[in-house]
Amino acid sequence: MNEKTLIKLMPWLVTIGLFLLWEIICVVTRVETFILPAPTVVFQAMVKFAPQIAHHSLQTLMTTTAGFALGVIGGGLLGVFIGASRLVYVGLYPVLVGFNSIPKVALVPVLVIWFGIGTVPAIITAFVISFFPIVVNVATGLATIEPELRDVLRSLGASKTEILTKVGLPRAMPYLFASLKIAITLAFVGSVIAETVASNEGIGYLMLSASSSYNVPLVFAGLIVVAVMGVVMYAVAVWFERRMTGWAFRGSDLMS
Amino acid sequence: MQGPAFVKINEVSLVYQQQEEQTLAVEGLNIDIQEGEFVAVVGPSGCGKSTLMKLVTGLLNCTQGSITIGGKPVNGPVQGVGMAFQNSTLLPWRSTLDNVMLPLEIVEPHKRLLRKQKKMYIEKALDLLGTVGLRDFADKFPWQLSGGMQQRANVCRSIIHEPRLLMLDEPFGALDAFTREELWGVMQDLWMKKKFTAILITHDLREATYLADRVFVMSKRPGKVILAKEIDIPRPRTLDTTFEPHFGEIVHELREHIHEVRVS
Repeated sequence: MNEKTLIKLMPWLVTIGLFLLWEIICVVTRVETFILPAPTVVFQAMVKFAPQIAHHSLQTLMTTTAGFALGVIGGGLLGVFIGASRLVYVGLYPVLVGFNSIPKVALVPVLVIWFGIGTVPAIITAFVISFFPIVVNVATGLATIEPELRDVLRSLGASKTEILTKVGLPRAMPYLFASLKIAITLAFVGSVIAETVASNEGIGYLMLSASSSYNVPLVFAGLIVVAVMGVVMYAVAVWFERRMTGWAFRGSDLMS
Repeated sequence: MQGPAFVKINEVSLVYQQQEEQTLAVEGLNIDIQEGEFVAVVGPSGCGKSTLMKLVTGLLNCTQGSITIGGKPVNGPVQGVGMAFQNSTLLPWRSTLDNVMLPLEIVEPHKRLLRKQKKMYIEKALDLLGTVGLRDFADKFPWQLSGGMQQRANVCRSIIHEPRLLMLDEPFGALDAFTREELWGVMQDLWMKKKFTAILITHDLREATYLADRVFVMSKRPGKVILAKEIDIPRPRTLDTTFEPHFGEIVHELREHIHEVRVS
């Protein structure tokens, strides 16, 4: 086997290895299923509850991507404002940091009062949690234009808008796409938290109701499904990143 | 020299204000530059050479004195000046050709005409790239070019819009000696063809002597001109010129003055 195929196979080998290790630990220690179910038991539960899992994970996928999309739009725009204007930066940044420090679980009850339980709080939680890294990254990309380049453009008579569109925005693109990879996984955290606390639908709700009836294999099945969705969405973000900002990679073949 | 100066730097001083501390960067600076002249400014590091460049282009405002370009006083960024730095600052997402054409998208009247006469402008940019030997690399991206090639493209970008004034801040400083000497020739060819006014900031005395009509030696901070040396070597100068005794004498004289200000 040459190195290239090994590199391709490595993620799968490690994943399978982890599951094997998990299975072995379960068999050797004879741990009770309602404490730690073995992977084989979890997969059985996955097959058994496939329709429910499919229904709830689709709901989660929907709320997550909706919240994520809002985060990209809102975070991108705010990032441009913050990165382009020192005044906006100085004014808003402390507020943003403060807002980001609030645990998002604490927000969900407020959202429930405003919007009731269900889809909307999940979307909003995914939005607020994925929003921050996008703002910070886009603003950083804009604020770190080389001073010499700025001088070159200013001495050509470029307006602020021209500097922004010709240099700032293209330059911020790799930063934006790097943040999307972080943001999409965070968005899952947000939507699942909201579903767990306040929803009748979604993987979070499925896991909560499974755990209250001691169906622990189903809880773990839910966890694995969330992880898989996260990895898939991450891969989609990477694919977009490579397509849109290939110039920033210069021929390296690493995933992130 | 004869006639009214194109760039006139008159008793210019600049004080940098950093918190409580005030630094006098340049003091009582007087330089007159004729239209179409190539001048070089040399001096020990930290003598305010780059400050001078920012003052002339209006990126910094002088504390005292005045600067005029073509009779007009400089206050605020001067438009349509060409600039090239040691760091080539090419945009990595644009091809070499698109990088060179960037000023055309900003400077009038080209900005207005660019869309209609795109073909003509592309041809013009390709011709310019041709004169520095980069025509075949027009579609390559900056990171696919060597350091010397990037700097050629950088110089092309700084003159594509035919500025009357070109500012060069150690443009060849980061290159190896052979590439640097090669680019002196390229620069001289461009200047002899296009006849713009050029101000070269450098600490390479041979580079200053090779390229300039006059070399100004600046003292250490606060910077002022302590010597204006006319370079009376006929053009076009070649690498062989740099080995002639007269060339060596000039470099030696400049070197002595730099040495004096460094130890004083």
